Amino acid sequence: MSGVWATIFQPGFFASDEVRTALIVGGLVAVVSGVVGVFTVLRGQSFAGHSLADVGATGGSGAYLLAVPPLWGFLALSVVGAGLMELIGIQRARSRDLATGIVLGAALGVSALLLYWDTTWHSSNGQAMTVLFGSIFALSESTIPLVVVFSAVSLVLVVLVYRPLLLAGLHPDLARAQRVNARLVGWVFLAALAIAVALSSIALGSILSTAILIGPAATAVRLTRRPGLAMLWAALIGVLAMWLGVLLSYDSYTWPPAHHGWPVSFLVVALIVTAYLAVDLTSGRRRSRHRPDRPPVAAAEPDEDAIHAEWVA
Amino acid sequence: MFSGFMVGTWEAASMVAVVGGLVGFFVVMRGSAFAAHAVPQGAFAGAAGASLLGLNVILGLGVFAVLAALGIGWLSRRGRHDVVVALMLVALLALGSLFLSWSTQYEPEIFGLLFGQVLGVDRSNLVPTAMLAAVCVLVILALFRPLLLASALPEIADADSSRTRWLRTGSLELIFLVVLALATSLTLPVVGALLIFSLMIGPPAAARSITANPRAAAGLSVGIALATVWLSIAGAYRWNLPVGFFVGVLSAACYLLGRGWAFCRRHARRVSAPGSVAMASAPEWEQP
Repeated sequence: MSGVWATIFQPGFFASDEVRTALIVGGLVAVVSGVVGVFTVLRGQSFAGHSLADVGATGGSGAYLLAVPPLWGFLALSVVGAGLMELIGIQRARSRDLATGIVLGAALGVSALLLYWDTTWHSSNGQAMTVLFGSIFALSESTIPLVVVFSAVSLVLVVLVYRPLLLAGLHPDLARAQRVNARLVGWVFLAALAIAVALSSIALGSILSTAILIGPAATAVRLTRRPGLAMLWAALIGVLAMWLGVLLSYDSYTWPPAHHGWPVSFLVVALIVTAYLAVDLTSGRRRSRHRPDRPPVAAAEPDEDAIHAEWVA
Repeated sequence: MFSGFMVGTWEAASMVAVVGGLVGFFVVMRGSAFAAHAVPQGAFAGAAGASLLGLNVILGLGVFAVLAALGIGWLSRRGRHDVVVALMLVALLALGSLFLSWSTQYEPEIFGLLFGQVLGVDRSNLVPTAMLAAVCVLVILALFRPLLLASALPEIADADSSRTRWLRTGSLELIFLVVLALATSLTLPVVGALLIFSLMIGPPAAARSITANPRAAAGLSVGIALATVWLSIAGAYRWNLPVGFFVGVLSAACYLLGRGWAFCRRHARRVSAPGSVAMASAPEWEQP
């Protein structure tokens, strides 16, 4: 029994400060991302979420250049990016994608420059990889209070606009009839999204942080039709994936290729994507068995109308 | 700047620009900027894997990019499109980061794959690059009209029963994604995985705000893309900076200039003919 235990939790797992910090930060990040992610998925803003992470990378690489803690860089730039997208964002979905893409492209170009300067001026390797792909084990303990504060801010923002946000996302006409300020609600949500993305960027790296934002939420939306429950599920899946990823990565030093260790970010993303695929494939089969009369076009948008009807009721 | 080893770079960059501008025109028409951002990440994973195993990088790029495109096409029939694209993107990038963590490559090489480098194309790879470019351009030109119809008015394209089966919207989407993947694998070594889509949306978006005629817009898009890439290569060579920086910033600048030009023209028309404002604001093939 103790042998199995020692294989699962390699010696030193619980004693290590790095692992404890990684577990705390990872757990918090997963909860915030799960809650914000459900709205991101339902509002169809995955691209915006991903772009904010990449825009945050510009801030992260700039912060390394100025020797400021990277979290501040990620936060500042992703909030500014959110504002910019909203500013040039146009109402039609197609143009909104275009506006997002233009901001994303310009930001990535600038971060190419900043990362290049990081590596040439400071002549220290690995910073480009840290900004882009993350290294949760390298977080210092002093970031924990900051992460707690910003997680709380993001969650409070979401709670504040919870009902109008649901209404504006699902039934714009009804929201207008009830005098919901959709623009303001959208702004507040985008701010919460920007903070959540900045937090997950320091954990998973800016270009992989989309996984923890979108993956658990998309899986949860498949599992339940109630938004509150979906957020719980998303947070749960996210935390599990994050902790399991940290554990596996810690264990992986004994895996082949020897003494190299598998990156945490890869393991977390792999777990999340596997969960989504598992739920997607099984739920798809169930739907086709129970509802053979549904036309294939309707099946492509999973139970959207049912969700809407239930939520507004 | 124009001698010796740089000749191959100029030739490759010009092919990249032609393909990017042409494919990008449909990326913008179809609103698939996110997919154009995601497919290159698959190619990036392929390049990392190929260099880990010591295989030809172009081969790795092509295989993984096509796999990414097919995966997006297949999975998005069953789920939300943007969610599927996002998950495919992170899955492949994560795979790329895993390969990189195993390989012993220098960071500058990886950096070049992500953000582009002036000498990204080997002279020995020029012939395969040219062949891929030719395939992309031919497919796009052959399918120009059906693609245009399916992009602008998908319902009408679907209802047209006289079409053969493989020209239906669903199959066209898949064909387009594969062309996007091929275009990606020849663009990636020069421009970098993270900034290909920038080249594919900046110039076409600018072209579309200048002219409403689809053929002229596609041609103009190729022209602007050529100018962007040439300027980027020159700048990157002159100041020894990553190509991606210039591509990203110049593409955004193109878009802003195009928007500004459209705004000025609309303003001028509003002064002369107050009734025509609504018609002038949208390209003619998007009119209801």
